[in-house]
Amino acid sequence: MKLMTTSAIALLISSGMAFAASHCAAGKTMKDGVLTVATGNPAYFPWVIDDAPETKQGFEAAVAYAVASQMGFADEQVEWVRSSFDQAIQPGAKDFDLNLQQYSITPEREEVVDFSAPYYSAAMAVLTRQPVVDGGAEANVASLKGLIWGADANTTAVPMLAEIVQPDKDPLLYGDNADVVEAMKANQIDAALFDLPTALYLGAVVLDDGVVLGQFPPERSESPDQFGILMEEGNPLKECVDAALDALKADGSLAAIEAEWLSETTGVPVIK
Amino acid sequence: MAELPKTHAAAARPLTRRQAYEAQVRRRSVTIAGLSTAAVILFLVVLIPQAPGWAAVKKSFFNPDIFAKTFPGLLEAFLLDMAIFAWSAPLIFILGLVIALCRDARSPALYPVRLFGILYTDIFRGIPVILVIYLVGFGVPGLGLPRPYNSPFIWGTVALVLTYAAYVAEVFRSGIESIHQSQRSASSSLGLSHADTMRYVILPQAVRRVVPANMNLFIALQKDVALLSFIGPVEIFRQAGVYKSLLANFTPYVGAALIFLAITIPATRYADYLLQKQSRARS
Repeated sequence: MKLMTTSAIALLISSGMAFAASHCAAGKTMKDGVLTVATGNPAYFPWVIDDAPETKQGFEAAVAYAVASQMGFADEQVEWVRSSFDQAIQPGAKDFDLNLQQYSITPEREEVVDFSAPYYSAAMAVLTRQPVVDGGAEANVASLKGLIWGADANTTAVPMLAEIVQPDKDPLLYGDNADVVEAMKANQIDAALFDLPTALYLGAVVLDDGVVLGQFPPERSESPDQFGILMEEGNPLKECVDAALDALKADGSLAAIEAEWLSETTGVPVIK
Repeated sequence: MAELPKTHAAAARPLTRRQAYEAQVRRRSVTIAGLSTAAVILFLVVLIPQAPGWAAVKKSFFNPDIFAKTFPGLLEAFLLDMAIFAWSAPLIFILGLVIALCRDARSPALYPVRLFGILYTDIFRGIPVILVIYLVGFGVPGLGLPRPYNSPFIWGTVALVLTYAAYVAEVFRSGIESIHQSQRSASSSLGLSHADTMRYVILPQAVRRVVPANMNLFIALQKDVALLSFIGPVEIFRQAGVYKSLLANFTPYVGAALIFLAITIPATRYADYLLQKQSRARS
């Protein structure tokens, strides 16, 4: 009996392997039979909960596992590494197959790396603090112009700020989210532009008196912010990832993941 | 015909055997230097492009289109670096001098002042500039200062001044200590007070003596100004970072490096020249 169970398990594993081998991604990953996925260091809520992507908690962690399973990788065949933005775009071999950390797809970036089909369309949102709202800031462009703005220098928030808000004073730019929030606490900036889920998290958890004043709908900008999975330029995995994402969109599972992790995004007023 | 070299040599005064030997050695070393330099250049120009990743590196770091597109913006951002440098440098000079004088306080009653000087230089030379910038730039305004007194420009400058004054103070101190004790004795025998001795005898010599060393510190400051970008100001390093992020290309960093070099190389050469002049004057 015991022998039979063992051999059944062995058969199951080998058939699992055979399945993976016959699948689109076979032989295209860095390590055979392992999908190496990169995320930020640290990875932020609600994209990855508690900076622990291997728990599948958080929107991007869940998307990564869903894509992996569509591509025929079991959960334990997914390995996580960390990467910065610069590591992701530097020339040369990458140490990941896929990289998810809210990378907006832009044509310029497309020239250096490959992006999958978008897995999320992000609205940009204005994060500010209660004293600024009390001071008369409103959710319209005219009122927003007069504020002192901040943004994460590595994000598409920078061109978007120049394009949509056109603030009177030059915005201050920072290296990461934590620094933007710190400047906000020090009252050096009034408001900052983030993608909506990030703004909601920072406003609710990191800032004591944070307010998400409003959002710019994705179609407001000439180039709406769409997040794609980043891959090395010319990576043959791209077609597999795109097929997996298409399947997830078609059967509604991507929408379900979004509803599970990013549901609060409804109800934020739209900026006029 | 065969006689010609001989008469020619006779007219130009014949070389001694030693001179001939030295000329030969010189020719030889020039040839060797030329050959080795050519070999190195050949190696760099021919072999680096053979590397499998060269095309990608060239596209990412040496992209002429992106260089042309971003360079004007970088130059403009560099004006902010120059401005920060321009208002920081005099403050650093003054504070550095004050700290150096604190450390030189000799009266027993002034020991606390001396202790302050010692602690100050120990602490601010011991902390990386970037940490001081973070702590002062975000921490002090976080106490609730009203605008515009919480500006990152003000507190970033304070952080730079605090750190660099510690280095400059040490340079001044070495200058002050290099003035021989006999000069202090001589000036007090002339009836000068301690303060006057310092002001009219010691400092004029000490400050002049350490100009080259201070030049080096100010060149370092010119580069460290870029660290202010961490707390908000969009100077050249941050502007290059924005371009890098938008274009997914590192060429703007190369452009920024070139702009820094255009300032720092002449400044370093000038410091070298001053140093050389000084050592000639002393020997």
